[in-house]
Amino acid sequence: MAESSADVTGWNQITHDWSADKQTFEVPWGKAMMWIFLLSDTFIFSCFLTSYMTVRMSTVEAWPIPSEVFALTIAGAHIPLLLIAIMTFILISSSGTMAMAVNYGYRGDIKKVVWLMLATAAFGASFVGMQVFEWSKLIEEGVRPWGNPMGAAQFGSCFFMITGFHGLHVSAGVIYLLIVAKRVNSGFYMERYGNLEMVEIAGLYWHFVDLVWVFIFAFFYLW
Amino acid sequence: MAYVAIADRGQALHDPKTWIGKYVWSQDHKIIAIQYGGTAMVVGLVALVLSGLMRLQLGFPDTFSLIDPTAYYQFITMHGMIMVIYLLTALFLGGFGNYLIPLMLGARDMVFPFMNMLSYWVYLGSVIVLLASFFVPAGPTGAGWTLYPPQTILPGTPGHDWGIVLMLLSLALFIVAFTMGGLNYITTALQARTRGMTLMRMPLSVWGIVMATVLGLLAFPALLVSAIMMLFDKLLFTSFFMPALVSAGENLSYSGGSPVLFQHLFWFFGHPEVYIVALPAFGMVSDVLAVHARKNIFGYRMMVWAIVAIGALSFIVWAHHMYVSGMNPYFGFFFATTTLIIAIPTAIKVYNWVLTLWRGNIQLTVPMLFAIGFVFTFINGGLTGLFLGNVTIDLPLSDTYFVVAHFHMVMGVSPILVVFAAIYHWYPKMTGRMYDETLGQVHFWLTFLGTYAIYYPMHYLGFLGVPRRYFAMGNTEFMPDSAHLLNSGISIAALFVGVVQVIFIYNIIVSIWKGKPSGHNPWKAASLEWQTPDTPPHHGNWGPDLPEVHRWAYDYAVPGAKDDFVAQNVPYDGTPGTKVEA
Repeated sequence: MAESSADVTGWNQITHDWSADKQTFEVPWGKAMMWIFLLSDTFIFSCFLTSYMTVRMSTVEAWPIPSEVFALTIAGAHIPLLLIAIMTFILISSSGTMAMAVNYGYRGDIKKVVWLMLATAAFGASFVGMQVFEWSKLIEEGVRPWGNPMGAAQFGSCFFMITGFHGLHVSAGVIYLLIVAKRVNSGFYMERYGNLEMVEIAGLYWHFVDLVWVFIFAFFYLW
Repeated sequence: MAYVAIADRGQALHDPKTWIGKYVWSQDHKIIAIQYGGTAMVVGLVALVLSGLMRLQLGFPDTFSLIDPTAYYQFITMHGMIMVIYLLTALFLGGFGNYLIPLMLGARDMVFPFMNMLSYWVYLGSVIVLLASFFVPAGPTGAGWTLYPPQTILPGTPGHDWGIVLMLLSLALFIVAFTMGGLNYITTALQARTRGMTLMRMPLSVWGIVMATVLGLLAFPALLVSAIMMLFDKLLFTSFFMPALVSAGENLSYSGGSPVLFQHLFWFFGHPEVYIVALPAFGMVSDVLAVHARKNIFGYRMMVWAIVAIGALSFIVWAHHMYVSGMNPYFGFFFATTTLIIAIPTAIKVYNWVLTLWRGNIQLTVPMLFAIGFVFTFINGGLTGLFLGNVTIDLPLSDTYFVVAHFHMVMGVSPILVVFAAIYHWYPKMTGRMYDETLGQVHFWLTFLGTYAIYYPMHYLGFLGVPRRYFAMGNTEFMPDSAHLLNSGISIAALFVGVVQVIFIYNIIVSIWKGKPSGHNPWKAASLEWQTPDTPPHHGNWGPDLPEVHRWAYDYAVPGAKDDFVAQNVPYDGTPGTKVEA
């Protein structure tokens, strides 16, 4: 036990970490917990997406063509998946600002951290706003959880359930980011922990929500 | 990088001054554990009463007008759901997990005490929502504990309006509560062990509980998702699980859903759930056997790896619950194979328990009796599992009392016997007093023999082809009179065993005040929770300094040692018998 972790590398270091009488992962407790939570949450979204694929195969009616359903007509031009593309771009960009916030967090630049987190939250909020627009447009066109004019009823069911559940994650994330940003700004974390690791923990959650969106985008909109 | 001590993070523990802060809104893992355990046992008593009512109907049909088919199915459903989730899962993980993990690992508390407190209160909320379904119009759902669609939400099933909605909401709340607790248990075990406490020095109780928590965090998502989808089917008329149906001559609006999808999701949760209940029981019974046989646990490392292997395998066996649902035969072949492979690590554990007892200095205390009782019931239940794991044998037996007997032996009686063993074993640590030995012995023998009187005959009924889930058998030709007589006998035994539990409740409640003071370590146990400076341990557990661990938790009857046990925090001082185990 006496030898320190720096003496060993690679797989040996993993063995060393797991067999030593120390923290298994050299990270703050909150960060370890967030990783474990995200693993559990991954299973939730995996179950949602697997179920969606199953009902898509089991239903007897034709599946609506997503690129047609999610098309916008702007100035006479019919552009498939335009809104979704913008939403995806915004969410991916928000991961960028979040990563910068984490970076400045380790440099201790509180002002930049707060601004970048607010920018991330604003990206997130606009994503949710566009989702509201998308939902209301589809509802106007007659898409309901129990049926829709374009084809299989499960299309609307899965759409509202999965994007809704993801949208709740984004909304919760926006609130979470705002709370963390407020506490960074007030100096609460520096006073209590002497560092801004909480920013990184919030970042883990945020990147995860983005990653989930990539899968939803691929499996629901592009397939 | 220098040595990173786990020890104290330098964060002050919350320090409540009021009685309410200490005992109601408590963030102390020991209080939360007792809150969890108490609530679980109270709701478990409800489920016990329900099973008594069911047995009254089965043993003496046409006698009790109070129990009609509707009520019977509601009793079945609530009995199953409460026992599996709200009693056993909550008691093992929320109760014993909370109590034992920090004490056995030398931590001051769970890593997130506030979230731990929330976990309990959300769990209490889920229990209240569940019990509320007894008081809504048409009562709780009667869909069976597996809640299979489409019948669950169709008219004709008891409680298809309110009952099922409350059941699904309650399950969702339970999962939220479990997640908050479970993140705590895993993070505490990984990150907050005291100095010297390597993973391979953790008592097997902790291994079992933590592995069960891992299973829970990965399996409950499937239940959550199926609950959400079923709520949608019920409330928003989506068709996730609902095919096109004609009900009472009427075409329903559902179409194109897959009922088998629900079964896959449910059992992807449901099978790991069996091990969520079983693994903590495996762990705790190992510790009880070692302490009371005054021997080290046989094959500690194999015991750990068996727990891990069982946990991993439990995720790829789920469809053995669905042999009669209609599946590709190759799936049946795959799932039968994986199911039978689980018998290997499980058998390793059983052999190691028996070898731990072999030539041990066995003290037949009450916890030891229950622990040995567990080994018996678990072998019985496990052996019938080998039959049911095979597709061809499962098909004729699947809907009979053979299955009822099997799973009650293996995941009903067996874990409950460990619960009793564990409560008697750790009772002196929790209260500082001893229970009444005579009452405990009486409780054991009546419960242990009584469960055999209940479940052995059920195997026979199953071979006769007596179907399970039936409200009444009526006059069928294939059931001889002796089978009806046997059914009455089972009911009498079941009611008797149910009433016997009063002895247990009386014993543990009265002994809080009347029991003899137990001292710090009445069993002369080596693991860390018995080495606390105070009994029951105070908030913070360890006084000013955390203990330091120098050996594993099983140094009993070490040759050359002064006492017949060496506590985990005793350093190696050069004399024979105090050698540090790797």
